[in-house]
Order: sequence, then structure tokens, then C-alpha cells
Amino acid sequence: MIKVVFFASLREQLSCSELSLPQESITNIEQLKQKLIADNPQWQSDLESGTLLYAINQTMVDEQHTVISGDEVAIFPPVTGG
Amino acid sequence: MRNSIKVRVQTEDFCIADEIDALEKDNNQDGATVTFCGRVRQKNLGEEVSSLFLEHYPGMTEKAINEIIVQAKAQWDINRITVIHRVGELTVGEQIVFVGVTSPHRIDAYAANEFIMDFLKVKAPFWKKELTEQGEKWLDAKESDENKAAEWDS
Repeated sequence: MIKVVFFASLREQLSCSELSLPQESITNIEQLKQKLIADNPQWQSDLESGTLLYAINQTMVDEQHTVISGDEVAIFPPVTGG
Repeated sequence: MRNSIKVRVQTEDFCIADEIDALEKDNNQDGATVTFCGRVRQKNLGEEVSSLFLEHYPGMTEKAINEIIVQAKAQWDINRITVIHRVGELTVGEQIVFVGVTSPHRIDAYAANEFIMDFLKVKAPFWKKELTEQGEKWLDAKESDENKAAEWDS
């Protein structure tokens, strides 16, 4: 299973803070997003926003990064702390 | 302790004087202490702000800040580093963030402090939601912050 967490404006747009899905054919974050969109077509425009950032196991990575079963994948908008 | 790194993410306020004391106590190797404190300002992009809500990604936040500190220590001669970032609801004038750095000399302390703030702005998973008279809205990231952090690579 892959755990997926969402934060901030994206979490509100999707009305979802976390979910789990089986790895199946998912090998990277881009494919993970396509699977999420296939399961939830209403998420398409929010998940295809070009500005989203990704982290795997709490380290920032790019969209092509490999995802394996047991990973925690975070998807969030650009950060605005400080 | 000769070197110490303190990273805290908390809802409570902090006392700058206490933090400076902790950086300087029994620390006679360092002649320079540089601190930065960020607070909630009243106007942002022309709108009156009544409060902010700060969300973060527990676990990753501390990890991201520690990674930034490791990078700073690799580049400058700095010994004690404190980073405190508040989360939750904050009203105008309240302190949000504190970065304190000590070094034998000022140049390293100034540079490392600025570096840590610049990267905290673009790498640490915090998000601000602004509450104004017009309602609430998530702040957009600023390109100027990305550009400022990118300058350290050039």
C-alpha cells in the first residue's frame, strides 16, 4: 500500500487529507497522480496544477521519483512559511 | 555545549531574550550572535490582515529545517543554531519565526542566518492562510522568495 497525504489549499480543494492505495502498476509520482485522477475525476484540475510539490517519506522529490509500497507520498502547494 | 542545534515547531510563543541567553550561555568561543525574528504584519498585498493560520507537515517540517542547518554548517563556521517556527492561529504583531546563529565572527553568523531563513521560506513545509475582512485565503508562494534562495547557488 502507498499512503498519500495532502496539505493546505490542495487538501481543502480535494476535501481529503489522506488515503491509501495499492501499489499495483504505480512506479512513480506521476503515475500515482494519474491513478488518483482515474479514481476521482473531479480532482483532475487540482492535481494537474503545474506548481505542486512532492515529498516521499518526508523528503522533497520530483514527479518522476520512484514510489514503492510502504512509502508515504505527500502532495502539496508551494510552501509559504517564515 | 560547544555546538548545539535546536529546532522547535510549536503553537506557543517564544521569548527572544531567553533564546539569545541560550545561544550565548557558557559560549565564549563565539563573538557573534545574529538573530532574526519574523512577525505577522498588519497589511499584506494591500489588505488588512486580522490573523493567520499556519499549517505544517509534522515530521517533515523538522527534518527539512535540520537539513537546511546541515547545509549552513557545511558552508560557514557556526556553532549554535536555534530555529523556532510557530503553527496554528497567530494574530497581527505576534512572533512567527526565530532564527539565531552564533559564530566566532559576524560575517559567518550573518550569512548563515540569512541562508537558513531563505531556505526555510522555500523548503520547509509550512503554509499560511490569511484571515482578512474579505474572508480567508491561502497565500501564494512568492517568486521573489524562490529567486532569493536560488541566489545562494550562483
